[in-house]
Order: sequence, then C-alpha cells, then structure tokens
Amino acid sequence: MKKRTCSPDRRGYFGAYGGRFVPETLVPALQQLQREFTRARGDPRFRAELRAMLRDYAGRPTPLTFAPRLTEAFGGARVYLKREDLAFTGAHKINNCLGQGLLAKRMGKRRVIAETGAGQHGVATATVAARLGLQCRVYMGEEDTRRQALNVFRMELLGATVVPVTSGSRTLKDAIDEAMRDWVTNVRNTHFVLGTVAGPHPYPLMVREFQRVIGRETRRQVLNSEGRLPDCLIACVGGGSNAIGLFYDFLGDPAVRMYGVEAGGLGVRSGRHAARFSGGRPGVFQGSMSYVIQDSDGQIRTTHSISAGLDYAGVGPEHSCLYESGRVRYDSVTDREALEGFLLLSSLEGISPALETAHAIAYAARIVPRMKKNQIVVINISGRGDKDVEIVRSALRRRTGAR
Amino acid sequence: MKNRIDERFARLAREGRKGFIAYLTAGDPSPAATAPLVDAIEAAGADIVELGVPFSDPLADGVVNQRSAERALRRGVNLATVLEIVRRIRTRSEIPIVLFTYLNPVVAYGFERFAAHAQRAGVDGVLALDLPLEEAGRYRRILDARGIRSIALIAPTTPPERVRRIARHARGFIYYVSRTGVTGEQRQIAFDLARHVRTIRQVTTLPIAVGFGISTPAHVKEASRIADAVVVGSAIVKEIERCRRPAALPAILGRRVRQLSAPLRSR
Repeated sequence: MKKRTCSPDRRGYFGAYGGRFVPETLVPALQQLQREFTRARGDPRFRAELRAMLRDYAGRPTPLTFAPRLTEAFGGARVYLKREDLAFTGAHKINNCLGQGLLAKRMGKRRVIAETGAGQHGVATATVAARLGLQCRVYMGEEDTRRQALNVFRMELLGATVVPVTSGSRTLKDAIDEAMRDWVTNVRNTHFVLGTVAGPHPYPLMVREFQRVIGRETRRQVLNSEGRLPDCLIACVGGGSNAIGLFYDFLGDPAVRMYGVEAGGLGVRSGRHAARFSGGRPGVFQGSMSYVIQDSDGQIRTTHSISAGLDYAGVGPEHSCLYESGRVRYDSVTDREALEGFLLLSSLEGISPALETAHAIAYAARIVPRMKKNQIVVINISGRGDKDVEIVRSALRRRTGAR
Repeated sequence: MKNRIDERFARLAREGRKGFIAYLTAGDPSPAATAPLVDAIEAAGADIVELGVPFSDPLADGVVNQRSAERALRRGVNLATVLEIVRRIRTRSEIPIVLFTYLNPVVAYGFERFAAHAQRAGVDGVLALDLPLEEAGRYRRILDARGIRSIALIAPTTPPERVRRIARHARGFIYYVSRTGVTGEQRQIAFDLARHVRTIRQVTTLPIAVGFGISTPAHVKEASRIADAVVVGSAIVKEIERCRRPAALPAILGRRVRQLSAPLRSR
C-alpha cells in the first residue's frame, strides 16, 4: 500500500508547500539545524535521552481515556480522548520543547528564544530551559501579555525573560517576527525553539517528528483496548503541531478519516477568523509557502479567535499539502461553538480543555452523532483549560448579559 | 539588455568613485512624496535608490523601517502604487532603481506579471529579502528575461563555499549585509567587514555594496574603503519619521544625503 503522506523533499517541500524563505543570515543556521537534527535522530544516545526525559520528566505516555458520557451524549461512535492535557506543563508543547532543547545543547547553543501566543509554548520552553540550564527569552504580543498575565509570571518564575512585542498587530504573528529578528541578530549562540510545524525547513519536519509520539502512542493504545484502528481522528489546527502529531502515524491507513479543526472566530464570512483553508490562499509567510490569511496585496491580515493558540494567519505547510491531497479534511467552528465544546467536556467528563482543544470537541459534536455505534473516534485533548478559565468566565458573562 | 545599475557601476569605476545607495520606503510619508524625495537625494549625490515595498511582517527590518512600512501601508500603498511611483520618477530621472521587498506582495501580484510591469515602469533591480539562493532560481530566470537584475544577499554567517555559489548566480551587484542582525542604525560597523568583503572579491567580479547598520559619514568612509558602494537606509528614513512639515522633507533628506555621502566625494 502506498503511504499517502506528504513527507518533505530535500528542500523541505511537502508537495508545493514549505521551503525556506528567510534572510540569508539565517540560512546557515537552518542548514546546521537540519544536519544536527538528522544526526540526532539516528543517534541511539540522543533517542534514549529524549525517551527518558519524555517518560520521567514529562510523564509520557499520556493515557487514552474512554469518554463514556460524551459517547452517550453524542449517541454515535465510541469516543476516546488522547490526554495531552496530562503531559507536564499541561499541553503537547513539551514534547517538542524537550526535543529542541536537547538539540540546542547538542549544538552548543546556550541561549534559546521562543514565541508564544497564550503562553503554553512559552511556559514549556522556559521549563525545558530551566531543566537544561539554558538562557531563555520569550517573545509575546503585548496584547497577550495582558490577557495571560499569569503565564507571564509563570515564565518569569522559571527564569525566562518575557518580552512584550509592540510592533504590528501585537499578537502571535508579531511575536514570531520579533523572535526571528532576535535570531537573525544572535544566531551564533542562540537556538530558536519554534513551537509549531510552520516556519522554514527543517522546522515543519522536525517539530512533526517530535510530536509524532502522540500518534504512535494512540495507535498502540487503541489497538490494546479495541483491537483495531480508530475510524476517525479529530484535532484542532493552529500552526498544526498537535494535529500532525496525532495524524502522522495513521496517514498510511486509508480507513482512518481525519479532521483538522480551525478557528472560525466570529464566522468565516465576518472576516474575523483564523480559518486559513476556507478564508486564505497560498503565500509566503514567516519562512514557508503555505496557506495564509492575506489581503489581495499580499499583506498578512490580522486574525481573530477566542483561543490565542489558534489565532494565527499561517498554517504548517504539511497541512496545506494534506488539504490539497484531500487526505485530511479541514473545517472550522466558531468561538461560540468552541465555548459550548468547553462546557460540554467539562460537565460530562470532568475535563476542562484548552479553548484550542474545545474547537475539536465542538467539531466532534457536529460529526460524531452521525457515526455508527460500533465506530471509534479519537479526539486529541491537546491541552488543559486552566489558562482559559478567565476568558471563559467573561465570555459567559457577556452571553448572559446579552440575553 | 542594457541596465542602469550596470551602467552606473561602470561609470563609477571609470571615475574611480564609490557609489552611494539611498534607501527609502516607497510611499512614506505619502505616495506623492516619494518622487520629489528621490529627486532631492539624487541631486544630493545618491547614485542608486532602493525603494522599499511595504510589508506587514518585515522580519529582517529594525524598528525604524518597520514603522516606515506601517506608515506607507496606512496610506494604502501596495505594489501597484510602488510601480506607479517608479513610473513617476522615470519621467524625470535615470537614477538606477532597486526594489527592496519581501516575497509575498510580489507573489500575490503574480511574479511574471510583476516582472513585466516592473520592466515597463523602469525598475532595474529587485532584492527580495526572504528569497535565499535555494529558492531564488525560478524567480531569477523570470527577472533575467526582463533585463532586471536579481540582487543577492551575502551575510557574515554565509560560509565561504556558499559565498561562491551565491556569487555565481548573482546579478548586478552583491549586497553584503555588514552585520548579523536587522536593518537599523549602529554605533560602529562590524570589525570583520574587510575580511568578509575580501572573501567575496576572490570569487566575483561584480561590484559589492555594503549595507545594514551604516548610519554616519564615518561609517560610510570606512565601508567605502573596501566596498564599491555603501547603502544607507534607516538613517535617512528616520528623518522622514522625525519631520513634521512634509514640504520641508526634500530639503532635509537632501542635506542628510549630502552629509552622509560627503566622504565619497572628497577622495
């Protein structure tokens, strides 16, 4: 059977998407990163070290939890939850940060930088930097530092410096721009821990490889409990790292359908959303060719989502490839639906998901009821929702007020 | 095909002079202002002008150029406006024009269409900041067909073997980024500049321009000792930001360019 993946070629292209569109200053660093990553992947010592850290420090494997009440409420397929919310620091982000942190050490780089939206990736990077004794600086849109003040403090407690970004739209995309500027300036002693499967080659490939552990575990766990593969996988897609992490090891199994859920914000027609596949088109943004939300002049547009982690104009190039090949289906749910998803999982299973994850739950509510009772669906619970409780509270207040 | 960049560097060589390249964001402070500003800096001694195409996410630029791009975008400047500005400059000047851009606005315009329109408008070179050697091939061929020089960047981090490969495909002149970092003023220029430029010289006969961080007459003097041309950007753009009276801007920029390029005349 032909494996229906979009694995990148030597230049980092997944079909027509990917590549390396960066200023010349960064190219040698990306080439070095690619070399070191390739070497590390084949090095039993590196793999053993990463495996041990994932197990003893991050708490892997994370459970695959059967969700009986959600299953009953949907009245369709049996629902399993892949519990990345139980990974250390509360999200799947730690998988990638541990990998890149060990790689930075291997390359002799004593300083790491990262971008963050809601703060999950920033916290995970700061955590790993503390553990590995690396200097750490996190770029965060000024708007987000205000909304997520607690996460800022958390990163500072871990010894990181948090830099509020005041350029452009002061959100995640501007934080990435600013991290790139830092990297261009300090590239000799600094590694940029990009948090998702976007950016220039080799990031989309490397971050996927560090996140594949999600799907590898899921496969083993579902075979153990059900004796067969799932019929359907659902994950939210911002940059797309938790989704590709879950999907990748199932891409060669045509019977497993996959759904990537984007942020529909106030609705795709309102123009205030982050649905790249229905509301964007291919372009070159932050290092790679991929779908991006832009105006007719090629200027990147500001996006909107209730969840900071999905509020991003670009998407990983492998997702663009999977979208065009039709292997994965991409769709979006609105802020309001996501909020319902948050409440649904909280009340039925006692699990408050991150608002990003809540998009996957909301989409499940749309498609799972139509599935057969003997089918199996796995939803990736990419992160936990403690960080979002304040946002949920004010959204609920507004809703009650508007009644 | 004849090209104003080639002609200018040939003339500079004949006259034993070093070139002064001035950078401006097209459309800052307004689309109508740019052509008169180019007149002024040409009269003040600029040999080549680099026009920046404003982009929402200029990740190789420092704050001065970022804010300049934001001002231009607020005035509705897009690639079509920039080409219109070039056409206006061409009604009165033969100064070589290089467009300094990020790739996406050009991709959105359609690269072949852009090349055709740029040729017609009178653009001589294109420098795409986020288009390194490995990605540049097909774009360079399109520009070649239109007689437009596709300018390549070399950085302090570029290893010698890669310098050779970039130089082999370079057109017009080589732009050496004088420091690891973004555009913007610096107190001093990189100490290892001479060594890097010598490395490039060994593998190319093309002229070498040095830019990024050059902001005083002393920097210009120092860089011009080893390079064939010197690029000044933020130090000029900053005057636009500072100026409260747009009518006075041509005179102000003229003065600034005369001051910055003075070391190139007194040789």
